Order: sequence, then C-alpha cells, then structure tokens
Amino acid sequence: MSAVLEISGLNKSFGGIKATDDLNLSVETGELHAVIGPNGAGKTTLISQLTGMQKPDSGRIRFKGRDITGMAPYARAHLGIARSFQITSLILEMSVLDNIALALQAREGHSFRFIRPAHSLTHLRSEALALLDRVGLADKAEQPTVALSHGEHRHMEIAIALGAQAELMLLDEPMAGLGIEESAQMVELLRDIKGKHSILLIEHDMDAVFALADRISVLVYGHIIATGTPDEIRGNEAVQHAYLGEE
Amino acid sequence: MTSMTRRGWMTVAVMALLAILPPVFYLTGNPFYLDLATRLSILGIAAVSLNLILGYGGLVSFGHAAFVGLGAYAVGIPAHHWLYGGMDFLATTSGLVQIPLAVAVCALFALVTGAVCLRTKGVYFIMITMAFAQMIYYLIVSIEEYGGDDGLVIDTRSELPFVNLDNPLQLFGFSYVALLVAMGLVRMITRSRFGMVLKGAKGNEERMVTLGFNVYAYRLTAYVISGAMCGFAGALLGNFTTFISPEMMDWSRSGELMFMVILGGAATTLGPILGSIAFIVVEEILSSFTIYWHLPFGLMLMAVVLYARGGLVGLLRGRGEDAE
Ligand SMILES: Nc1ncnc2c1ncn2[C@@H]1O[C@H](COP(=O)(O)OP(=O)(O)OP(=O)(O)O)[C@@H](O)[C@H]1O
Ligand SMILES: [Mg+2]
Repeated sequence: MSAVLEISGLNKSFGGIKATDDLNLSVETGELHAVIGPNGAGKTTLISQLTGMQKPDSGRIRFKGRDITGMAPYARAHLGIARSFQITSLILEMSVLDNIALALQAREGHSFRFIRPAHSLTHLRSEALALLDRVGLADKAEQPTVALSHGEHRHMEIAIALGAQAELMLLDEPMAGLGIEESAQMVELLRDIKGKHSILLIEHDMDAVFALADRISVLVYGHIIATGTPDEIRGNEAVQHAYLGEE
Repeated sequence: MTSMTRRGWMTVAVMALLAILPPVFYLTGNPFYLDLATRLSILGIAAVSLNLILGYGGLVSFGHAAFVGLGAYAVGIPAHHWLYGGMDFLATTSGLVQIPLAVAVCALFALVTGAVCLRTKGVYFIMITMAFAQMIYYLIVSIEEYGGDDGLVIDTRSELPFVNLDNPLQLFGFSYVALLVAMGLVRMITRSRFGMVLKGAKGNEERMVTLGFNVYAYRLTAYVISGAMCGFAGALLGNFTTFISPEMMDWSRSGELMFMVILGGAATTLGPILGSIAFIVVEEILSSFTIYWHLPFGLMLMAVVLYARGGLVGLLRGRGEDAE
C-alpha cells in the first residue's frame, strides 16, 4: 500500500489558538482513516487546509506524492480531492438535481460552455439522478434544495462528494445532527463507499467510527496523540484519558 | 419540453407592446413616445448587461455607468476627429468601426478593472467598482479637447449599412432589436453550463471552489461580457442623445442601473425591462413635479425590495413558479 495523502509538520494558529499543532498523518490508498477528537480540536481546520480554503502556517501536504501545500483549492479538486461539509454547504436556491449535476459538470474540465442549456445535457442529468437514487433522494430531484430536511441535505453532501469521483474523500462529520435511523442509513452508505475511495472521515459517532474505520487518529488541541487500528485505539491509555474516558 | 410559464407569456406580451406601440404613437403624431421607447430600449440593454453580473452573478457592481460612458465616447471621439481633424487613425463616422471599438474598449476596461475588483468581496467590491468608474469620469473631465465637463456634441451619427440612425423610427428599431438580442444572449448564457457556474458561485462560492471551479475566472469572464454589452448600449445612447458628457458615468447613473435591475427583478429575463420601464415612467412623472425626484424613487425601490421580494417580476409570478 502507498499513501494517497501525507501530511507532515502542519501548523495553523488563529491568534493565540493553535488549531493545528505539528500534525502528521497519512491516508493509505483505499483506506478509511477516521479522525476523532473533542469539539474544537481542529478537525474542520485540518480539512480546510487539505482543500486549500485555509493556508497552513507551516508544514507540507502531499497528494499522491505531489506537494499541494500551496495549490489553489479548485486545482486540488481536479487532482481528485472531494469534500463534504460539517455545516451543510449547498446551493440552496438551486434544485436538488442541479446541485448534484454541478458536481458532475466540475469533472468535465472547464465550463466555458455558453450555448447549450445545462438542463438539456442528458448525460449530466441522468448520472445525477442515479446518484440521488443511491442516497435515496431520487424523488426529490426537482425540488428546491432549500425545501429539504437537514438529514436529506446530509445525504446530498455525500452524493456530491461521490459525484466528484474523487480518489480521496474528506468527510466532515457526515452524521452531524442525524437521528438514529438516518445515522444507520449513513453508515450503510459509507460502508458501501468504503474501499472504492480513500476516505478521511471525521466523526463524533463512536459506534460508526469503530465500525467503519481501518485506522483511527485521535486529535487533541490540534495534535495527533495516537494513530492505530480501532482495537489499538480502544486500548490506548492516553486516548482513554484524553478523550474516550470522558464519554 | 415544458409549456411556457406565465412569466414567459408576460415577457412576450411586454416585448410585443414595446415593438408595436411606440411606432404607432410616432405615426399618429406623438414622436415623444417613440423617443421614450428608444431611450428605454437602450437603458434596457445596459440593465440587461448589469443583470448578468448583478442578478445572476451576485456581483454588486456600482460602476456600470462607466461602460455606458466609454461606449458613448467611442462613438463621439472618432466623430469629433472626423469633423475637426487630428488623430487621423481614429477619425471616422462609420458605425462599423465605432461600435466594435465601443465593445472592445469596454471589454478591455472590464478585463483590467474586473481582474482587480474581483479579488475583493462585498462592500469592497462595490466601492472599488465605483472608484474605477469615477476614475474614468475624471479622466474624461480632464481632456479639454473632448469638452471636459461640458461634454461633446456628436454632429454625425454612426453610419451603418441598411439602417439610418438619423431616422427616429430606424433608430428605435435598431435599439429594440439590439435589446432583444441582448436579452436572448443573457438568457442563453445564464442557462448554459457557464451560467450554472455563475449562479452556483452566487449561491455558495466555497462549495463551487471545492468542486473544482475557478470561480474567479468565470466571474471575470461574465464581467467582460457584461461590460462589452453595456458598451454597445453606450454607443447607442451616444447616437440617441447626440450629446455626451462625463455626467453619463456619474456614480448616480450607475445607481440608476442598479435600481432598474433590482426594482424590476434581478436574475430574470423580463426584470431589467420592467425596471427600465418603471424607471422611465417614474422619472418622467416625478421630474415634472420636482427636481428632487431621486428621493421618492429611492423610497419606491426600498418598498419593492422590502415588500415584494423578487422585484416587479415577483409580483407577476404565478404560485409555484420559481425564478430561473
Ligand atoms: N476562522 C477561524 N478564526 C478563528 N478561530 C478559528 C477559526 N476556525 C476555527 N477556529 C478555532 O480553531 C479551533 C479548532 O476549530 P475547528 O472548527 O477546526 O474544530 P473541530 O475539531 O472541527 O470542532 P467541532 O467538533 O466542533 O467541529 C477552535 O478553537 C476554533 O474556535
Ligand atoms: Mg468541525
């Protein structure tokens, strides 16, 4: 196995707060690597640096061996990095189908195409519909996104990340705010995706994390205090002390 | 294919009336209304062009009048040299040179200023677009040769094959057709994949960037298209008024264009046209009562923004019909 993502010596501060503190982490190809940690540990900040929306103060990020630390966010997407957002980030005024179709359109290279109506492009439409079907939202395709529930938005986030067909998926708390039943659906969905993409999963739901992850890293105050298999992490004293014990 | 929406029919009806009524008035001895309709069509093109970036792109440009002014001077300056000499390479009354010049100058100005403005967001974007427009304003004011503050009379209208812009009916016809073309272009662009990116970036920029869209490049392209289109409107306006002055680019003129787009209904095909009609009607009525007509006009705009979201088009919209 080779690492698809390698992060070394990453640092990021907001004023006095060290959100990322000498962080080292790697995601192997095909691996589902979960990052857990208490609120404010710096999980979302980590993802934002990986997608390029935040600039690290120092450190290196490598994707498939290539240094992408200073690369523009949109260019990273083209290399094969997709993200789902902890706080749902959709285009609310567009239809559900349009949101997904845009993710597919992004894959086509450029969109400096001015003439044909986007809605007439059946290849985008039908693939988007298939993705919606996969996350159980096919019947909502034509609705305005704003009309859907929180849980449905979470599923849209995953459909969009899937639509990117990215090698590496960065999923920021896909289960945030979901009910028991919806969470179970999401776990099934992730299990289905697992192995087909390399995944960096951030999640608070411990049952889900221990059920899905190949490896788990524990982030506390911006620093990774332990990385290992679910069993290793369960047995790790430092982790129990810093994090799991408080549950 | 879905059948035409209520608003689609509305657009057809409004545009048909605009095509038919003014010439009828003119031929029955009321040339004033034809003039109004010509001005309406030209302002309509400017509003339609602004709608592309403001309505669909969410980019609140407060400097759009600069393109109107530049377009008008691209007609006025060559005509001036043609009559009074100097700058031989520029001297011409040919519309086939002047109009492409207007479009090219405005596209270039949009490219250069847009490249800077689009690095900023929100209020800063509004301020810096306005600052660039004021820059052009003061530049023109400072050039004595072109009349400075006092402006410039265009003695000869642009000469074009097949149309004679000295003929009021033909000038109207040309402006009206240009308006239809502008509406059609913006409609086509906003429904294309390019348009989806532009609209998507308005709704959620971070999402679009994360998906892999270089939002900046798409916005800049829209900005250039919009500026070029507005330059065309400026060239027409110069031919219509035959008098141009820096006042055409004043920030309050940019504000009026914004009013038209927002009042009529941003991000719709018909909105800018309704807004232009409302603007012209209100201007005519209010300015006959008071020179301070901008105040009631501004209050009207606020009322529309507050109580009828979606502008005048929003009032016409049937239930269940969404803005496209
Ligand atoms: N843009 C910002 N400006 C200032 N401080 C920030 C910013 N973003 C994050 N922080 C701070 O950095 C720290 C890490 O935040 P982050 O959102 O990455 O945590 P998290 O692990 O994702 O938390 P949660 O589990 O609540 O989602 C927090 O203390 C937060 O307040
Ligand atoms: Mg977070």
